[in-house]
Amino acid sequence: MKTSSTTAPHHNSGISLARLFQTSEAVRGYTLLSPTLLALLLGLAMPLAVLFTLSFWIQDYLDFIRTFSLKNYIDFFQKPIYGKILIKSIRMSGLVTLATVLLAYPMAYFIAFRIQHNKLIWLILITVPFWTSYLLRVFAWKLMLGYNGVINSGLKTLGFISEPLEFLLYNPAAVMITLAHAWAAFAILPIYVSLEKIDRSLLEAARDLGENAFITFVRVTLPLSLPGVIAASLLVFIPTVGDYVTPSLVGGPSGIMIGNIIQSMFGKALNWPLGAAISVISMLTVALMISLFLWGTQSFRRKVA
Amino acid sequence: MDKSIISFSKVSKRFGTVTAVDQASFDISQGEFFSLLGPSGCGKTTLLRIVAGFETPTEGEILIDGQPMSATPPNKRPVNMVFQNYAIFPHLDVRGNIAFGMRKSGLTKTDLNKRIDEVLELIKLPGYGSRGSNELSGGQRQRVALARALIKQPKVLLLDEPLGALDKKLREQMQIELRQLQQQLGITFLFVTHDQEEALTLSDRIAVMSEGEVIEIATPAELYESPSSRFVADFIGSMNFFEGEVVDSKARNTTVTSELLGTIVASEVEQEFSSGTPVWIAIRPEKLQPQFESPENQAGYLEGRMGPSAYLGDRSHFYVHIDHRDEPVLVALQNLERSLGGISRPNQPVWLTWSPDALVVLSRN
Repeated sequence: MKTSSTTAPHHNSGISLARLFQTSEAVRGYTLLSPTLLALLLGLAMPLAVLFTLSFWIQDYLDFIRTFSLKNYIDFFQKPIYGKILIKSIRMSGLVTLATVLLAYPMAYFIAFRIQHNKLIWLILITVPFWTSYLLRVFAWKLMLGYNGVINSGLKTLGFISEPLEFLLYNPAAVMITLAHAWAAFAILPIYVSLEKIDRSLLEAARDLGENAFITFVRVTLPLSLPGVIAASLLVFIPTVGDYVTPSLVGGPSGIMIGNIIQSMFGKALNWPLGAAISVISMLTVALMISLFLWGTQSFRRKVA
Repeated sequence: MDKSIISFSKVSKRFGTVTAVDQASFDISQGEFFSLLGPSGCGKTTLLRIVAGFETPTEGEILIDGQPMSATPPNKRPVNMVFQNYAIFPHLDVRGNIAFGMRKSGLTKTDLNKRIDEVLELIKLPGYGSRGSNELSGGQRQRVALARALIKQPKVLLLDEPLGALDKKLREQMQIELRQLQQQLGITFLFVTHDQEEALTLSDRIAVMSEGEVIEIATPAELYESPSSRFVADFIGSMNFFEGEVVDSKARNTTVTSELLGTIVASEVEQEFSSGTPVWIAIRPEKLQPQFESPENQAGYLEGRMGPSAYLGDRSHFYVHIDHRDEPVLVALQNLERSLGGISRPNQPVWLTWSPDALVVLSRN
């Protein structure tokens, strides 16, 4: 008796769940999403919450004072060095993004419009640098740019210079060159996809309606590939703002970025709450920059149209 | 002859070893509705794209309004095109699409907007200016593509199978509108289609193409009633062919002899044949009159048995089996009266007769 009375409703709810799963688009959607949602929740939302909470605490030697305080945020704005480095990081990443997208666009355009056969081989070739570790690629740039590196010894052998150039390595330019190279593939692929999707007859229509090849590019190709450009920009800008490996290896003292400051706060400087506060401020700043960027690209799109 | 607006002189286009257009030479007159008709792959679209400037001819020259075009890029040609898939710019609304080609028109913004409103009126989409391109149905996209080209006031409007994607009712409606628009504006239309019915309905003249060659250029009635080759006779409408031989040919009357038809006279034959020329004797299905009793005083007739039939609403098709002939003869009858039962029984003996001017005689060489 007991078993039947407990299994019966259970059985019923099983049926209604199954029916709900079949009839409701939303339920089915969320069910299918749930593993990803769970992973996202654990992997993204929780660390963010921890970071956010931490930023309102205070470091007390090896322990935290767990009471709400704005001290870290006040510190950030009182010591100009943090703000300066954050702005410098954003400027450097902005330049890296600009350079990467400008270099990636022709490459993507070439593959999308000029390559007729074996596009896949070209796409695979683009990913070849990723077959080695990121660190190795950064060290490779060190070899290229270093005091006795490839560029210096090459120029010396050719007789263009007598003393090695010292401005190649350990400065913001070195960081930006390395980053632009490292993130090129992330820019090429989304731009390629958006260019590939453009119906070729649209380009013919623009020519037919009286525009030359260049104006056709400006009025049709560029606006239609803008989603790819935006995706590429975000894919390069967001990770490079916070990068600390590249600046610490090829940046030298002048090439320091906000990621290095955050890293030291969680390391040598041992001030986790301040590091957390700097992280939160960086994130908000980047979010603001992205909003401005998206707003700007939208109005550009309207203007050229 | 009216003034020629497009002149093809020995235009050929080869892609590698494939000849898409072979030595096309003909003229299109000012204000004409001219169609290029042929099965897919016959080179009609390539010829249109050569006019638009998207393909350069391997040989030959095209004159548009007397000007040679070989060195003129597409954006400098006085022609505009309605693309097969309409090529509506997805990032622009209807107004933006129509205004696209007017950047260098020199019109002020107000004047341009007034022009666009006029064109929207013309294509029967008034008030659609701010619609997004993804909010348009197939027929509306087609109209916008038309408006975008027409606002440029081209000397020739090129249309690449523009009605192919529309359903039958809408297609017939657009055919009428296209024809009215063309007559109203007086612009020359160069229309590409594989649909022979559409070409017959719309065109002043039709160029029938096959495998890159222009086979025949004629008015719709000429093409249908007196085609000059078996290909054209077969491609346009349906046709029954009989093998035969010329006995005598004079003063538009040609006497032919055939195993199945006997010796018969075809009247209104334009071409003169020498005796013994092997020919096709061709007759349209609707020009055969079936009767169910043996004809008495008839010069020629065919005797057969009723085969399968197809009811098409306004008319019916019957297949008549003839002894010593593999292919049944197709007969088309207008359904002039309401008849729910059908008019024949299978295997019923039937006699087919015709009037002498219904016969078409085509050389078999």
